[in-house]
This record gives sequence, structure tokens and C-alpha cells, in this order.
Amino acid sequence: MPSLPDVMTPDVERLAAQAPRGAPTASHIDPHLAGPLVEFLMRTGDNALILGHRVSQWCGHSPALEEDIALANQALDLVGQCQLWLGLAGEVEGRGRSADHLAYRRDAAAFRNVLLVELPNGDFGQTLMRQFLFDAFHIELLRALTRSADPRVAEIAAKAQKEVAYHLERSADLVIRLGDGTDESRARMQAALTYLFPYTGEMMHDDAVDRALADAGIAPLPSSLRADWDRTVREVLAEATLTHPGQTYQHGIAGQGGGKRGVHTEHLGFILAEMQFLQRAYPDATW
Amino acid sequence: MDHAPRPDPAEIWGWLSEVPDPEIPVISLTDLGIIRGVEWQDDTLVVTVTPTYSGCPATSIINLDIERALRERGIDRLRLERRLSPPWTTDWLTESGREKLRAYGIAPPIDGTAADGRLAGRVSRLAGTSNLVIACPRCGSTKTEKVSQFGSTPCKASYRCTDCLEPFDYFKCI
Ligand SMILES: [Zn+2]
Repeated sequence: MPSLPDVMTPDVERLAAQAPRGAPTASHIDPHLAGPLVEFLMRTGDNALILGHRVSQWCGHSPALEEDIALANQALDLVGQCQLWLGLAGEVEGRGRSADHLAYRRDAAAFRNVLLVELPNGDFGQTLMRQFLFDAFHIELLRALTRSADPRVAEIAAKAQKEVAYHLERSADLVIRLGDGTDESRARMQAALTYLFPYTGEMMHDDAVDRALADAGIAPLPSSLRADWDRTVREVLAEATLTHPGQTYQHGIAGQGGGKRGVHTEHLGFILAEMQFLQRAYPDATW
Repeated sequence: MDHAPRPDPAEIWGWLSEVPDPEIPVISLTDLGIIRGVEWQDDTLVVTVTPTYSGCPATSIINLDIERALRERGIDRLRLERRLSPPWTTDWLTESGREKLRAYGIAPPIDGTAADGRLAGRVSRLAGTSNLVIACPRCGSTKTEKVSQFGSTPCKASYRCTDCLEPFDYFKCI
């Protein structure tokens, strides 16, 4: 029996009717905005894809069965969200590239994820600290995107937001318990925070793409999310008895660097080598 | 060309209510609330389905199961459409679906308790506790504790009953 394709078409007309007036619809996006929108969708989708892949690397290796299952399920959420974002990126781009094509056929320089999500897992504490620092940003981004002038963006955000709320509750919970835990766990969480904190600024750093989309009401300025992110992070770190690193050097925002512009750490290439192997070795393989 | 008579959508809803969820087979796809529409567009039946979680691996199996069930009833012109908005919520689980979950050993969701991701101002009450009272589906005791926010699938959390000592899944509210 031939199977039906998993149809990707949102109910655009109905969504557009609900959206604020002047909102773009599938076929009527300002051509000047299509480029920035594709860029933004790849950033958002790649963050979910690369973090999802990183988290999935714990499958079978976590310190406890419950944690193993939790991490695998979170990876599943993130990869599922990535399919929605990259699917829309391919649709807006209009070059016939599917979500799978974008995930498996781009090289490192074409990836747009922030550096934070590609950093090595380290120990369990470092994985959780990275997750928390990202989740606290991710939830604010998605919450703002539910009010996007583009109904296709808003509906994916509304879906993902519900899932990410649980990610944040879990990662914050574990950061507090491990921070305010034993001497050993506290030392590891503090070391993870010191290592990761210089990579957080990139998430909330604005560039021309962000400004174009903010002007059109499609996405928030990343810098506008900082106050809420900062409040969540400070409260959780205080409860975890960890020391906030304060003002530190921030990677990926000066000069021409940074994952949002496709300039990555050496770690991304290793992730792609593993993640893309099958499609590179056997193009168009399906099962 | 002759057209077979088009079955009434109400009858088709009845057929779909017999298609089990592939991960929790005691409840049906209509119990789960993921079938959002059944309508004829000319001589094609359009079934609109919403995913539970973005990455739910059962989505493609569900589509196959819907297709198979309807073809067995003689519907050969069929289209499945995915609708994301409004996003699926456990509020759409039917009453009978909740009872079937409980009988199967899964505590059903408590409506209105979905995580909202707003931690500020309540982090002191966050760690290691559950603010929910989940009754053990086995013995009914409310002396239960959360083991993990994520259980055997993304839609469930792991709990443990401190009376009968059995672990169980809680179908979490989303
Ligand atoms: Zn019990």
C-alpha cells in the first residue's frame, strides 16, 4: 500500500484571518523579507537540530535510566521542532529544499546555530547547564514568536513553546539540585557555568537580519529578550548557590565571527560528520 | 464514471474511533483528540490530523493507520492534512479516554496544569518537588512523588507511589 506523504501545508488562509492586519501570507511575503526570514528560520531550526543531536548523544550513556529517557525525549522534541522550522525555511526559500535536505546536505559554514549548542556535552552537569542557559532563552524567543506577523512562524512557535516550557522546568530543577548539592556536584556546575557563560551573549545579540524581521513584526529583536532571560538565570543560579559570572568576554559577537553568521567552532564539523554520514554516503537513501 | 456513495462524516468519525493509538493502544485516535476534521471535498475525503508533540515518532504510523482503516472501509480517494494550529492540548482527551488510561495504569492529565515556562518568582519551589497531586492509578493513593519530568514517551512523566511502591506514568498536561 503506498503511504500518503506527511502533508506539510498549514491552513494559511485561516491563520492569516486570525493574524494581525497586514500580515504576510504564504504567497505574499515582501521579497525583501524572504532572505532574512529564511536566515532566521535556519538559525532557529539549526539551534534545535544541533542541540537535539548533542542531547541525543547521551542516549544509552546517562547516569541514570530516568535521565537517559528524559534526555532522549527532549532530543526528540528539538529534532521535531527543527523539522518544522527547516521545512518552512525550505518553503520560503522556494528552491525545492526539504527539511531533510537542509539538515543533511549543508556544510558547516551554511549552518546558522549559535556556538553554545554545538559545544561538547562534557559531563552531565555541563550538558544540563548548557540546556538551562539555552532553554531560558528559547522560551522567551518562542513566546515572542507566537505573536509573529507571519502566521506560519506563530503556529510553529505556539507548538514548540508548550514543549520547551517543560524543558526549562526540568533543566532549571536539575541545575538547582546539582548546584545546591554535594561539594562535587556544586564544583562541576560552577565550572560548567564559567565555561559556558561566555557563549550566551550571541543568542541575544542583534544583527541586520534580526533588525529587518523586527521591523516587519515577524520576530523580536534578540536583545529585547535579555531582561527576561537574565532574570530567570539570576534567580535559578542564586537558588542553586552558584556564583553568577558577571560581565565576561562573549564569543561570537565581535568582528565577523559567530555561529549565526556561519563561523563555527571546530566541534560542529565533528557533529555533522556523524549526523550527515548516511545521506552523504548514500544520497537520497530512504527506509 | 460511477461514484460510490459517500459515507457520512459522522460514520467516518465512528470508524476512526476504533483506530488505536500506536503507543497507547487502549485509547483511540479520537480519544486522543488528534483528529481535527473529517470532510468531503468533492469525491475526496480530507482528514485533518494534528501532531501531539513536534517530534512524536508515532505521527507517520498514525497516518498509515488512518489510511489503512479508511481504505478497508472502501474509501480510496483520501487525503491527510496536518494542522499545527491551534496546537494539540491534553484538554482534548475525551472522558472515556481518561478512564481507559487510568484502567491501563497511566494517570490521566490534570487539566490546567501545563508548564508555562515562567520560572521567575517561583524558583524556590521548583527543585525536586511536584506541585501536583497525582493519584496512583493502581491503588488510588495520593502519596506519590515525581521521578522525572519525562517518562517513557515525551507525553508522559515518571511517578512513583509511596504506598504500593509501584512506579507509574503520568500523562502530563500540555
Ligand atoms: Zn499505589
